[in-house]
Amino acid sequence: MALLEVDDLSVVFTRKGEQPVVAVDGVSFDVDPGQTVGLVGESGCGKSVTALAIMGLLPRRGVRVSGSVRFDGTELLGLPAAAMRDRRGRDLGMVFQDPLSSLNPVVPIGLQITEVLERHRRTPRKKAMVQAGDLLTRVGIPDPRRRLDEYPHQLSGGMRQRALIAMALACRPKLLLADEPTTALDVTIQAQILALLAELVRAGDTDLGDTDLGDTALVMITHDLGVVAGLCDEVNVLYGGRVVERGPRHPLFAAPHHPYTVGLLASVPRLDGPRGQRLSPIRGSVSDNIPWTSGCAFAPRCPNVLGACTSVTPEMEFGPDERLLRCHNPVPAPQEVRA
Amino acid sequence: MLTSSRRQRIDDLAAGGGAPDAGVSLAVSAWRRLRRSPLFLVGAAIIGVFVVMALLAPWLAQHDPALRLLDDQVSRARNEIPPAQPGHPLGGDQQGRDLYSRMLLGSQQTLLVAVLATVIGLGGGLVLGTLAGAIGGWVDSVVMRLVDVMLSIPSLLLAVSVGALFARQTQFTVILAVAIVQIPIFARLLRGSMLAQRASDHVLAARALGVRRRAIVFRHMLPNSLGPVVVQSTLVLAIAIIDAAALSFLGLGAADDSVPEWGQMLGRAQDVIDSHPQLAFWPAGAIITVALGFTLVGESLRDALDPKNRR
Ligand SMILES: Nc1ncnc2c1ncn2[C@@H]1O[C@H](COP(=O)(O)OP(=O)(O)OP(=O)(O)O)[C@@H](O)[C@H]1O
Ligand SMILES: [Mg+2]
Repeated sequence: MALLEVDDLSVVFTRKGEQPVVAVDGVSFDVDPGQTVGLVGESGCGKSVTALAIMGLLPRRGVRVSGSVRFDGTELLGLPAAAMRDRRGRDLGMVFQDPLSSLNPVVPIGLQITEVLERHRRTPRKKAMVQAGDLLTRVGIPDPRRRLDEYPHQLSGGMRQRALIAMALACRPKLLLADEPTTALDVTIQAQILALLAELVRAGDTDLGDTDLGDTALVMITHDLGVVAGLCDEVNVLYGGRVVERGPRHPLFAAPHHPYTVGLLASVPRLDGPRGQRLSPIRGSVSDNIPWTSGCAFAPRCPNVLGACTSVTPEMEFGPDERLLRCHNPVPAPQEVRA
Repeated sequence: MLTSSRRQRIDDLAAGGGAPDAGVSLAVSAWRRLRRSPLFLVGAAIIGVFVVMALLAPWLAQHDPALRLLDDQVSRARNEIPPAQPGHPLGGDQQGRDLYSRMLLGSQQTLLVAVLATVIGLGGGLVLGTLAGAIGGWVDSVVMRLVDVMLSIPSLLLAVSVGALFARQTQFTVILAVAIVQIPIFARLLRGSMLAQRASDHVLAARALGVRRRAIVFRHMLPNSLGPVVVQSTLVLAIAIIDAAALSFLGLGAADDSVPEWGQMLGRAQDVIDSHPQLAFWPAGAIITVALGFTLVGESLRDALDPKNRR
């Protein structure tokens, strides 16, 4: 059974006197235990809001959430606030984009880590502090004893993100949601953090006793296809608040079938591509979208558009290569083009 | 209109403290800038002298401030008040008490008025502001409606009304009247920065870890909301001294004047201000100087803590 089943999740922001904003429009995806799943899509397609909805972190007022989020067999939507609070940090963890602003500026790092352990495990402060030191070692922070007493501004950006990862994984959650965890970091640091995440979520080592990490499912949210390519088992491509293509990483990158995925891949610079090859950004912008109810949201920007695309809403169906696709006119695999 | 601009000012202040990277790093860089600010140094020097004066007053003062030592030189009929003379560098007051000693010991009471009124105002404001900012919803609406009503009354008028409620005026009623005026200002200020904190990334991150609401409020929101409140406290120290003096001047000061206080001394000097301006000059000068000191420190603290001035 899947660890996380997101089914037809919709999030609508309703503000008095304003048009409701449909941020997430029927997202469905599964995450198996220990699996790493990518959520990709351009800015504004609803990635962060999806993650916040799963975590139960959206404001109660002015937001309508519908659909279903089942975690370990329990429906999370509509769970009482206190029950959800008990699960956050213990069963589900989340890492955010900006490590500096995600840390409390006036509390030393050590106390911010022990806070989680005291909260969910009732570990006494002294013992928790020792564990916090072990955790910092585990996430690759040198000289952890000294770092425990330091404030966030005394750490480098990469170390801050490592510390936040340590907090999110302190109670060994079964699922970690990472929302663009490397966007705010230098390129070299990005690679290190990604390597760390990949290592941490793999089946765990046991030599660290209580702070042993691993076997965590990871939902990697990003607009960077390079990140997905290096890390994810499964990839979900989001467009306009819906998943438009889903499949295992290798076949999906080798042969994207949804015109949007094709466009995304074509707009990424590649070192191994032919020299002088032109990057081809997707034309238009998200603001050209039409609502999913009256066809395919991507239709106005799609090079493969058919008549049906602006009148019939495409459903999620199995395409070639065991791919799930939401498209009336998918792009055929490259070898078929050549033939 | 007046009141809405006042509210606007408070809210602007509150917004200034919601900087994402407020806190220790900000405090450190603020201190570096403060040390080099001449206005801050002047203000700090004034406050330093004032506080030392208050602490050492019992030893510096040569006479009991309540004793009518120069009573024989006082004549109500001929409007005579003891002038400066050996042993009494500032002369005496209307009752023949040594003005120099009264000025020195008055600094103690004035400091007490300033500190107590600020602490009470701050305490009340912290409670109300935390309630409104942390709970939100109808609690917020009720508290803020109350606060707005209080803010809509001109502050001195409010202080006078509160002071007049008491049958017998004492130093404490003066302090209370001055403090109550400050409560809504602190409350609104704190609520504003609490709201900014509630929407901040690190509070979201703490919530994502399942941290309990109480810890969110007291460990994550409140400590990060205090910057503007600290600045305001420094300014209120000055305001409290001036307001207390104003109350005394309007006849709402402490009835008993055996323990001297500058505001009260200034109030009592009214009757003889034409013939003996020195009785008003010394307390007024002292009040203005000390209030200036607190204001200078408060303003430079505000500038230093403003993230926009960060370098
Ligand atoms: N609090 C809010 N109120 C109203 N609309 C919102 C709110 N939060 C997000 N939205 C809208 O929801 C949509 C999806 O936002 P979301 O933050 O999930 O995008 P994203 O995919 O994470 O983009 P990015 O890559 O820029 O982080 C956007 O159009 C945004 O304008
Ligand atoms: Mg986002």
